[in-house]
Amino acid sequence: MKDMNPDDIDGEYREETLQYQDNSRRLVLVTEIETPVPDGCLIVSRTDLQGLITHVNQSFVNMSAYNEAELIGQPHHILRHPDMPAAAFRDLWNTVMEKRKWHGYVKNLRKDGGYYWVYATVIPNIRQGEVVGYTSVRRKPSRARVEAAEAQYKTL
Amino acid sequence: MSYNFTVSPDFNPDCISGWFIFNTWLQKCITEPIHLELYNDFDSQRQAIRENRLDLVFANPFDAVALVRQQGFIPVASPAGQSDEAIIAVREDSPVSKVEALQPGVRIATMDDPDVHMMCMIMLEPADLDKHNTQITVCDSYVLVAKELLTAKADIGFFLEATYNDLSSVIRRQLRPLLQSRIQLIHHVLLVGPKLAARRADMLAAMLAMNTEEKGRAVLESLAFSAWQEVTTEDTEFMIDLMATLVES
Repeated sequence: MKDMNPDDIDGEYREETLQYQDNSRRLVLVTEIETPVPDGCLIVSRTDLQGLITHVNQSFVNMSAYNEAELIGQPHHILRHPDMPAAAFRDLWNTVMEKRKWHGYVKNLRKDGGYYWVYATVIPNIRQGEVVGYTSVRRKPSRARVEAAEAQYKTL
Repeated sequence: MSYNFTVSPDFNPDCISGWFIFNTWLQKCITEPIHLELYNDFDSQRQAIRENRLDLVFANPFDAVALVRQQGFIPVASPAGQSDEAIIAVREDSPVSKVEALQPGVRIATMDDPDVHMMCMIMLEPADLDKHNTQITVCDSYVLVAKELLTAKADIGFFLEATYNDLSSVIRRQLRPLLQSRIQLIHHVLLVGPKLAARRADMLAAMLAMNTEEKGRAVLESLAFSAWQEVTTEDTEFMIDLMATLVES
């Protein structure tokens, strides 16, 4: 996955390097600009077993600021924000790999360096008893829950 | 022996005759006897589902989960270009202009329509509202939901978007949408049960051709549909997965 491009960034940014579970690294560019999730929207994506994005809906495209072609085939951690603790994602993968539903408050990174908070639910897609991928659905959280999550994540 | 067909009880009452017309047309197309039974409420219909009395169902997304996963129903088609969306409405003179202004104790009027109720409760989450800190009144129809609002017995009302738009202009002038869902991925679907599954291909072919024929177009018009579109098994499995993420667990 390519490093983020300064030409795509909207506003002043800081640089951070993220290291993922597969030991790959990515330079991300982060601003303090938040885009709230619009009321009534659901942000939906599906990945394969390796976590590569196979489907996105229009709300996902709109919120991420990537276009669909830039998203399909990419690892889902294209949205990973450096303020999110790795422990949250370890818990997510451990849970869905046990064929269970995971819920959590997630700060996502946009292509333009900004961010958006969501209440995310991830489930394994099971067909004839086998997991064939994962579906993630995100919706608008309350401010109070976001603040509580932020405070908790700072301690992790 | 007739096959048994039903329609989710959240259909537009103006389309009652349209469903009977569709049933007559479908029987002629596939030359099978089909009895259409319309239930007054979700409980009665669900009883019929639990007792395996149905062979063909135009199902809401909630019931589609049970029919597909537990009874082996398979999808045929859904109305083209239509998805289930929900509206939370207030009285026109309500001081509330955004969901975050709603407070614990808010009085909700809702119908026993599970996917609409679920979508609306999700839209209340940004205000930290849930079933534990709201007062919910379940009404028998969306007209009665509107009445609860208009008589100030409820602060907000949950509506299926299509039904809200079909309320009389007199009623709608006194209400205002506070929030509208934009999900686009949840919809009603015509499902066929195991006993009739062998006729799925014939049904689908006939339904897809409806909007190319004069008689077919007339039937579609009576249902307020423009056309049917095929729904595959994977399409429905995806919708079921989506529902599974939204249902409380």
